[in-house]
Amino acid sequence: MTDPGPGEWADLTQADADGFSGGAATNDPTLGPRLGMSVGSATDVLRAEHLTKRFGAVTALVDIELRLAKGEILGLIGDNGAGKSTLLKILCGFHARDTGRIVVNGQEVALKSVDHARSLGIDAVYQDLALINQLSVYHNMFLNRERVRWPLLSNRSMREAARQYLDEMGVNIPSVDTQVASLSGGQRQAIAVARAVYSDAKILLLDEPLAAMGAKEVALILDLVRDLKRRGDVSIIVIAHNYGQVLEICDRVNLLQHGRITLDKHASETSVQELNDIVVAEYRRALESRQRTS
Amino acid sequence: MSDTAQRAVGSLGEPPLGPAAARGPSVQLRQALAIAGKQRELTVLVVVVLLVVYFGFISSVGRSSFLTSVNVINLSQIAAPIIIIAIGEVLLLVCGEIDLSPGFVYSFAPFLMYFLVVYHGFPVILAIFVTLLMGLITGWVNGFLTVTLGLPSFIATLGTGFVLLGITLTTSNATQATIPPSAVEIGKWIGSYSYSEIVWAIILVVIFHVLFTRTRWGLHTIAVGGNLLGAREAGINVARVKYGNFMITGVLGAFVGLQIAFQTAVIDPSAGGYTPMFYSVAAAVIGGTAMLGGSGTIIGAFLGSVMLAVLTDGFSVIGISAYPLNLIFGGTILIAMIANIQLARLRAAGGGR
Repeated sequence: MTDPGPGEWADLTQADADGFSGGAATNDPTLGPRLGMSVGSATDVLRAEHLTKRFGAVTALVDIELRLAKGEILGLIGDNGAGKSTLLKILCGFHARDTGRIVVNGQEVALKSVDHARSLGIDAVYQDLALINQLSVYHNMFLNRERVRWPLLSNRSMREAARQYLDEMGVNIPSVDTQVASLSGGQRQAIAVARAVYSDAKILLLDEPLAAMGAKEVALILDLVRDLKRRGDVSIIVIAHNYGQVLEICDRVNLLQHGRITLDKHASETSVQELNDIVVAEYRRALESRQRTS
Repeated sequence: MSDTAQRAVGSLGEPPLGPAAARGPSVQLRQALAIAGKQRELTVLVVVVLLVVYFGFISSVGRSSFLTSVNVINLSQIAAPIIIIAIGEVLLLVCGEIDLSPGFVYSFAPFLMYFLVVYHGFPVILAIFVTLLMGLITGWVNGFLTVTLGLPSFIATLGTGFVLLGITLTTSNATQATIPPSAVEIGKWIGSYSYSEIVWAIILVVIFHVLFTRTRWGLHTIAVGGNLLGAREAGINVARVKYGNFMITGVLGAFVGLQIAFQTAVIDPSAGGYTPMFYSVAAAVIGGTAMLGGSGTIIGAFLGSVMLAVLTDGFSVIGISAYPLNLIFGGTILIAMIANIQLARLRAAGGGR
């Protein structure tokens, strides 16, 4: 697991930009049937309405309608640059939205910051995990939520809590004093997930938690997610590329294409084959239209 | 006096040296290194002790002496300003920035105090307070240029440094000034008692060591330098951390300027400048602070500063002329750094932890 440097975000936005401009010609509303796009129900813990985001001249998200019910796991799929990460980063308060509404537990909110989103019970596990290599496991677990006996950190309390919590989750870490730099990708991912869950988040946003994982590590993360689902009070949006895994753990799937949600189906109503076909067909169409214009 | 002192240091320094040297790179040595290596500071401490023993020995053979109370005071007065500015540089280097301006804050600070007291009739305490505030504001400007406007801190602080130098030379007309009589008494506590500077330095080291290792501020400073994007994603106010550390460094620079003026009893426009700043950055790096951010220690910077002070003072005591001094000085810094990195490698290979 490589640790992205400060420049990474610029690259990500660039990727979003490229992805979108590449498909600018495919402004086709018939791309995917908007099935099941129901009016938000009372049990929705999170709703995004008409969400739009631009980075300079590039439109990253267009009129996003998204809802997440209580206890639901929603899979967010789509090509690189489709806007998945941007959407997640808006929902967790990292980016500001341009237009549209975000409704959390029935209340419209103007997310001001990551901390603000957290106070509403929304927490994200970013693609880069947001772990600090130079800090210990327990300091990472409590990053920016440190326990303090003013003015000093309550290191012992944090250490014990981290140990106990990781044990409960079944995450195998030799010592919570270890610097996270020396841990494996799966362990790091587990710590990042544990951190978000531990913060008592009720809405968890996971950005590619299974990327670059070995089979054992994937199983660990999937177990974690299933465990959360069993508890019933945590709702999750998860970005992933492996449609099989998505359909396995998710209740519902949303497909994001060029900043729009073009498909919204229950996992039982769709298949890996169908999702693949839609994405590939879209790619073909984009390719053809590009060849026609050039 | 010097002999007893020297023997005391010698007897402290010899036991770890003797057996290790005799056995060569044995298992024991590697274990010892692994233990010592857990704290990079210990390596620097060993170098400091060896240098003290060396200069103590050389000077006891020659005419002058290294371990006299007069020279220890001299040594502490060389070390103190490096230590205090190095504290700020550690905080900044760890959060991924650098400040080249504290030496110029240092130059301007005593003049500002002088102008306020002599021309504007400020009470001394208030003038000192305003002077420290000037350091704080300079730090804020550095933060504004670096964080808000996005200039590299190397360039931004170089710019503010030159501006301050210009202000110092223009307002002072490049001539020295004397300490206002009303400031002499309080000046003793700040810098003119023999040991006031080093006492301040040690107090500040303790305070900032605790701040750095035991508070949220320290943790967030490491987080910002270790993974800027990650820190931001975790909701840490990255800008505030950087602004704050620039401002701390600015105040420390102003404080050192006042100390030196009180200690030398003269306000000199040529005091300060690049030299103390570069010594401090060197001290921080020798003490184990990473130039690329994310790790460092205040204690290490303290020991690094003492090491540089021992070198500077030691070479002049044993009578090396001023011209080749820099040559030896530069070489010694390089050797110290290479030794440190090699030791770290040896530790990684041998200790396995």
